[in-house]
Amino acid sequence: MRRWLVQPEFKVERDPARCIQCQVCVRQCANDVHSYDEDDELVSSDGASCVGCHRCATLCPTGAIAIGRSQLDFKPNANWTPENIRNVYKQAEGGGVLLSSMGNDKPWRVYWDHLLLNAAQVTNPSIDPLREPMELVTYLGRKPDQVRVERGPDGKAKLATEIAPQLKLRTPIMFSAMSYGSISYNASRALAQAAAEAGTFANTGEGGLHTDFRPYASNMIVQVASGRFGVDPDYLNIAAAVEIKIGQGAKPGIGGHLPGEKVDAAISRTRMIPQGTDAISPAPHHDIYSIEDLLQLICAIKEATGHRKPVSVKIAAVHNVSAVASGAVRAGADIVAIDGLRGGTGAAPTTIRDNVGIPIELALAAVDSRLREEGIRNRASLVAAGSFRSAADVAKAIALGADAVYIGTAAAVAMGCHLCQRCYTGKCNWGIATQDPFLTKRLNPDVATRRLTNLLRGWSLEIKEMLGGMGVNAIESLRGNREHLRAVGLSDREMAILGVKPAGE
Amino acid sequence: MKRIYAREEFCLGCRLCEIQCLVRHSKSKKIIKAFRQERDQITPGVMVESAGHVTFAMQCRHCDSAPCLEACITGAMHRDPKTGAVLCDADRCVGCWMCVMTCPAGAVRRGKDQKAASKCDLCAGDKTPVCVLNCPNEAIVYEER
Repeated sequence: MRRWLVQPEFKVERDPARCIQCQVCVRQCANDVHSYDEDDELVSSDGASCVGCHRCATLCPTGAIAIGRSQLDFKPNANWTPENIRNVYKQAEGGGVLLSSMGNDKPWRVYWDHLLLNAAQVTNPSIDPLREPMELVTYLGRKPDQVRVERGPDGKAKLATEIAPQLKLRTPIMFSAMSYGSISYNASRALAQAAAEAGTFANTGEGGLHTDFRPYASNMIVQVASGRFGVDPDYLNIAAAVEIKIGQGAKPGIGGHLPGEKVDAAISRTRMIPQGTDAISPAPHHDIYSIEDLLQLICAIKEATGHRKPVSVKIAAVHNVSAVASGAVRAGADIVAIDGLRGGTGAAPTTIRDNVGIPIELALAAVDSRLREEGIRNRASLVAAGSFRSAADVAKAIALGADAVYIGTAAAVAMGCHLCQRCYTGKCNWGIATQDPFLTKRLNPDVATRRLTNLLRGWSLEIKEMLGGMGVNAIESLRGNREHLRAVGLSDREMAILGVKPAGE
Repeated sequence: MKRIYAREEFCLGCRLCEIQCLVRHSKSKKIIKAFRQERDQITPGVMVESAGHVTFAMQCRHCDSAPCLEACITGAMHRDPKTGAVLCDADRCVGCWMCVMTCPAGAVRRGKDQKAASKCDLCAGDKTPVCVLNCPNEAIVYEER
């Protein structure tokens, strides 16, 4: 047999003193790592196909399984890392584009970890959020240039300015676009249910809106992307808002491809494409080649929805993101969502995922500054996306200028994702990124909904604690208030872009 | 009465329910010891049935009108007057297996010792049976319906 040069990435160790031969691991691994030999009455493991998802180790009732990195090391080389060498082996064998999933895993600087939040001491007393009300409610949408109040014939003051449609969020955290197709029915259902329960929004991605999820439509943002899958007047009008997807942080400039094997009857109905056909989203919208074209689509959607829904434009954070965002706002976007370098995906060329785009922290600060300079910041809300790992990241994003954030990876992790980065194989052992009926049933949507709402609750409580510590009682007081941030270990130029002072100043 | 119900749409087929049932009904109550030393003597009261991707955990339904009770020739199979659970008194069971024959759910089995019928006892008065407690996907529920 010809030897395959790529050696296993993981090593599966089974503690014989603890293994009771119950075969739970055998039944749970979709990659056939574990097997049971009936003659020997023995479970054994072969790490060659292990993806490191920890499904077996998590379900093992005796804790007998340990997953480690393969100890087969190359000669140390700071330039030719094991990953570089392995990738060359893979491509020399297959000659294809290497795929990966989830967000960028390269050690690009995570600016959140170089920013610190403020707290009040003595002169501006802190507030105890357990004793006093703390406001997290956030409205997304165009805000008026000025507010006019008039007195009616009855002498009572009333608002004379017409307010553009707004999304009301109980907490400034929404679920990122993840399409039904890229994730399972149960995962989609959990996101929709959790958004409705937590008073926030889930995003359909470019997967259409399954008829079963229509009851949650008032907590859903529907996407219109380059493939236009699932789009019809009903889809646009039933949702809370419509998002035009121009780009995605994990793969700026790249389209999408849902393989035909995943397009079953339900997905075909929802996406409005024939069963078994590949769902290919082109890289660009073929009717958008300028800001003026974008304006036409925004206007068309606003016309189609009777100007009753805010329209969002989602762009990837790239070099000239602030100019693009400014154009989008001028084209009539009510919300601009910016997806950063570390944003996730169900599948992307690895080299694109790891090397294209810019970090969300810099993009967000640059866009917020640019829109302020141009005097149009009030015309659109900013939603930041691209890897928020904790409530602190969210608070820092709000301070940098975001109105709200999108969480995708964190939501998937809350549902059980272990970031093995193999969504593209369709063999997600956690039942999230798969359409295999053996695997999708592993995600009970009620359990996943509970876990998602718990996460939102936990983060919201933490944000309130941080606000209280800063001595403010509303998220509005932190929004865009970069005085509440200080930088550690950043260059002057980076701090200038972020608009923050160094710690100690 | 509270009964155990399967939600087949969420059953993983991992069989952790069977494993935990065996441990609960072992002498040692310790998983490794139970499997090493008592596995051959204990029949779990829950069985995972499967056909393709359809799987579910099946255990005694504790029927209101239980055929096993009617069929039992010694009165070993009886209903607990307090809980309503159908139980088998191993000391009185003579192993005629009429209960096994008549159970419409196939939930009564010959015990591994071949002497007495073995079935779910709702974990002998525990607040929640172990199969329900340990199902990783809440595919087994214990509730009043």
